[in-house]
Amino acid sequence: MTPFYLFAAIAVGASLLVIAQRNPVYSVLLLIASFGALSGLYVLLDAPFVAVIQIIVYAGAIMVLFLFVVMLLNAPHEDTEYDERVHPLLRPGPMRFGAGLAAALAVELWWALGRGGESGSFAGGSVTSVAAIGRSLFTDYAFPFEVTSILILVAMVGAVLLARREEPR
Amino acid sequence: MGWPAGVPNAAAALGWHKKMTPLFIAQIGLTLFVFVMLLSSAAGMVYVERKVAAFLQQRLGPYLVGPKGLLQPLADVIKLMFKEELRPRAADAFLFALAPVISATCAFAAFAVVPFGGDTTLLGLIPEGLRLQVADVNVAILVVFAIASMSVYGIVLAGWSSNSKYSLLGGLRSSAQMISYELSYGLALASVLLVGNSLSLTDIVNRQAGAWLGFIPRWFVFVQPIGFLIYMTAGIAETNRAPFDFPEAEQELVAGYHTEYSSMSFAMFFLAEYVNMVTVSAVATDLFLGGWQGPFLSESFGWVWFLLKVAAILFFYVWMRWTLPRYRYDQLMRFGWKILLPLAVINLLVTAAGVLYFGA
Repeated sequence: MTPFYLFAAIAVGASLLVIAQRNPVYSVLLLIASFGALSGLYVLLDAPFVAVIQIIVYAGAIMVLFLFVVMLLNAPHEDTEYDERVHPLLRPGPMRFGAGLAAALAVELWWALGRGGESGSFAGGSVTSVAAIGRSLFTDYAFPFEVTSILILVAMVGAVLLARREEPR
Repeated sequence: MGWPAGVPNAAAALGWHKKMTPLFIAQIGLTLFVFVMLLSSAAGMVYVERKVAAFLQQRLGPYLVGPKGLLQPLADVIKLMFKEELRPRAADAFLFALAPVISATCAFAAFAVVPFGGDTTLLGLIPEGLRLQVADVNVAILVVFAIASMSVYGIVLAGWSSNSKYSLLGGLRSSAQMISYELSYGLALASVLLVGNSLSLTDIVNRQAGAWLGFIPRWFVFVQPIGFLIYMTAGIAETNRAPFDFPEAEQELVAGYHTEYSSMSFAMFFLAEYVNMVTVSAVATDLFLGGWQGPFLSESFGWVWFLLKVAAILFFYVWMRWTLPRYRYDQLMRFGWKILLPLAVINLLVTAAGVLYFGA
């Protein structure tokens, strides 16, 4: 159980620090640390394939792009005094909304943890085998898999549309 | 063992007293051995690089320190150790110190899953066969790829934390380059694992045993010639070697991402580059050149073949560096996205169709 608590502590601690400290580059790095700890948890669950994919996709690919953008824009440290006066997220309305969301999350967590033991079973049998994962992904879970890819395509089209510059006439 | 009561004994908790077999001790020894070998291979490569460069340019190269200049790497290391450790005042102190550590750690970690020989009993010293591989992971190819994708952070953070324009440009170029070539690298790996029908490097090497018609070895380089070329090209780009050494293009960026580094932190980047070269060559040997398979030697001595093949690829690396001039940055990007990536995708599709039609 000890490695579980180690990885869990890193994951939770790093995730909290992502939002708690104010340097965007450090936030990106802490998020990577959190993903690394999650990947360690997957290894403990005897799912090395998922663990490695977690590192390749999230820590290796997506976060590099995050870091790239943060560095390219040279996002400054968030200025404390300035933020506390005018930052829209720190006004009373958004604060209440955030508190509401946090409360909802806490209730959901309490409900989910209370159910205990009733976890969903995996149709492909062992999660360890890459072949089993591939087979169930393209048979039992083919529809969710394809829908996810359309979701990502939509996001991509949206990003291109937003970033497109108006043609000068 | 004299542990005070109530204090948890970590070794006992992990059950080490049960595992302390000769095989386990041999495995710990092997881990240390691999680490030391990687360190010394980096030193050796520095010497080889300078000698080969000198040979290609009709110079002498290092020849003063030791016989034929063989002790030159040692002299370099001593010089680097005694140099002053400098840090720009405006640099981010923590990340500035962390970046070379990330680079070096990733370089060494990737080799952990690379098998470099068949089972051996160390000339009968241990009862069971010892696999010459630090960790036998069944998703070894993906682990190599994952660690390669993490190593970009060392370079990017070095560039950013130095707070210098040359370093930042070097770091940004590097991340763009590594993201671009990682795709082709991954697709080349994928086409090999389709042919090998496994994600384990050991299985892939074992599938390359034997020969066609009695004399052509069953190496995957003959099944996947385009895959091999894509892998080597992307591998050179991933390790930031000439002709793709943009992160440190001297004429434009002083020294790129490590401009502000000195002493041992610079040495760690240097070390990482050479260890990465060794790892890329070792993986290429396992995937395409049959690993430790070869004629004349029994399986226990297969590592001799492995070393020879890796040495040949490393020589090719050095040869390329001193033969080809650096590309322009836009040429590099165009080549990566418009030629190498489509080629890798087509290669993967053709391979998949072939495997489906002929059977693995």
